Amino acid sequence: MNAPLLSVRDLHIVFDGRHGPLTALDGVSFDIAPGEILGVVGESGAGKSLTGTAVIGLLDPPGRIAGGSIHLDGQRIDNLPAEAMRKLRGRRIGAIFQDPLTSLHPLLTVGEQLVETITTHLPVGRAEARGRALQLLKEVGIPAAETRIDQYPHQFSGGMRQRVVIALALCAEPSLIIADEPTTALDVSIQAQITTLLKRLCREHGTAIMLVTHDMGVIAETADRVAVMYAGNVVEIGPVEEVTRRPRHPYTAGLMASIPSIHARHSELHQIDGAMPRLNAIPAGCAFNPRCGRAEPFCRDMKPGLPSASHAAACHFPLTEPAHA
Amino acid sequence: MPEPSPILTVSAASCRFDVSPPALTRLLSQQPRRILRAVENVSFAVERGTTFSIVGESGCGKSTLARMVVGLQKPTEGALRFHDIRRSDGSFGPPRVQMIFQDPYASLNPRWRVGDVIAEPIRELRLRQDEASVAQRVGDLLEIVGLSRADAERYPHAFSGGQRQRISIARALATEADFLVCDEPTSALDVSVQAQILNLMVRLQKEFGLTYLFISHNLSVVRHMSDQLAIMYLGRFVESGAAEAIFSSPRHPYTRLLLDTIPDVERPNRERKPMSGEVPSPIAPPPGCAFHPRCPIAVPDCSAVAPALRAMDDRLIACHRTS
Repeated sequence: MNAPLLSVRDLHIVFDGRHGPLTALDGVSFDIAPGEILGVVGESGAGKSLTGTAVIGLLDPPGRIAGGSIHLDGQRIDNLPAEAMRKLRGRRIGAIFQDPLTSLHPLLTVGEQLVETITTHLPVGRAEARGRALQLLKEVGIPAAETRIDQYPHQFSGGMRQRVVIALALCAEPSLIIADEPTTALDVSIQAQITTLLKRLCREHGTAIMLVTHDMGVIAETADRVAVMYAGNVVEIGPVEEVTRRPRHPYTAGLMASIPSIHARHSELHQIDGAMPRLNAIPAGCAFNPRCGRAEPFCRDMKPGLPSASHAAACHFPLTEPAHA
Repeated sequence: MPEPSPILTVSAASCRFDVSPPALTRLLSQQPRRILRAVENVSFAVERGTTFSIVGESGCGKSTLARMVVGLQKPTEGALRFHDIRRSDGSFGPPRVQMIFQDPYASLNPRWRVGDVIAEPIRELRLRQDEASVAQRVGDLLEIVGLSRADAERYPHAFSGGQRQRISIARALATEADFLVCDEPTSALDVSVQAQILNLMVRLQKEFGLTYLFISHNLSVVRHMSDQLAIMYLGRFVESGAAEAIFSSPRHPYTRLLLDTIPDVERPNRERKPMSGEVPSPIAPPPGCAFHPRCPIAVPDCSAVAPALRAMDDRLIACHRTS
């Protein structure tokens, strides 16, 4: 593997609360290669969005990075001063969020927003920036871009707004885009358009994406590799086909089996009993042990580490065979 | 197993909303009235003890249809009729209808204890004579949905999303409901929790002979739950029939595209061809077949005449090009 574009090592994020610190990320490590799409999947509260937030340096107090490091292209970015981080954000790391309506300024035309972003990050004049904005809008598939560029966000539909947000993220040709649930607010038919667009643009521009979502289907169709998160840890990471077809961690296996199939009807869905623990009640040892069918007493004492293999699971007793047929 | 008989028949129901600007504005700017056709000429019947699902994208009218069924919305035209049923306790009468909402955070009063949330319909309908038997019933209901009796004393904020949805289900069952309208009951939940709730719903259906009208945009969830299925597009049914038949051989081009575009965990990194275009506004639907601008097999005729829903083999389809 080439030198990674993004390298997150042993990242700890802690929220200082009234009742003492809460550990939200407990030693998260992963790499993203240039041009690669890494899917980060997990259920609510697993820490997947928080990881993305930390990478773009938008972690708000009382949250703070309590340990570990984030390197972008070999440069350490987790301890940069706010001003330097602000320059880097948008220029080298783009961001796409779930709700395209709140990501856009309602009182500025989409053209003004694109031009402002371009002139902030690149040494170009307004006229040239407008030309580039127009070209970007065409590239993300907005019909009649010449007229649309002077319209306001409310005049766009949800899918079209998300295309504008993608154009904004691509403005300064960043090498990495953090996409946090980019298709969750959209209908299925529009969702397919947006993921196809993201995939195509990344291929053409060589942009890497960290795709954060709870939807295993979106990951399976879009990502090259996937990291599965549970209670602030990466529990499994590997190539998307490997992880979805031959999950090694019991949580991933349970998660895959609990998704209803579109191809066949089963009388009962596999279910993982219980729910993700709250941050103030994360079990000792492996955080998944109370819900795990394979847990042994040992799992309550010792937290399993994530081995450094291309397909790795943080589990003392990983599955070797597919858990479900 | 009750003998098959429709518990609900909907005949040619339509629901239109007048979304015109105020009369004076309209007069000054010479705009015509604007009518939003949320549901247009929809007919179907639901058999007792089965699940009838309605699938469609945002704005297709599926939630309006659900609201009409529970009586929160009057149909502009057409009629909805519930048929009297005989219950296991021997009583005979119209079915009791309840609704389960999408967002379990918004559908429970945060200032009421869970026990009161569930007891409210029992007290209101006078289904139990004294407070002791109400409390007894509340405890039983909590156990039926997989919570513990002691949970009656707690407030909704102490529960996770999945547990709250269990409370919503217990509240619906408290009325001794026969017919549940479930509007996206698992959309706000994580997949592992979704599986728990879907399994619970299937178990309750078997145990109490419940009938479900299940509204969802998630096709794999619908496949898991449904006996009968209808696909809606811009207020109309485009295809309806037995769920198994539609999933194994979708025939309307919209159904086919919908099934083709959903992400599939079983086939990673499939190159899919996304459906072009977006759902048009129901205020100004395209003329003729509303789907024709996005349809890959449309011919000029499709933009002229709206296709009627007609019987074709084992199902109903509204398409000129399907035969």
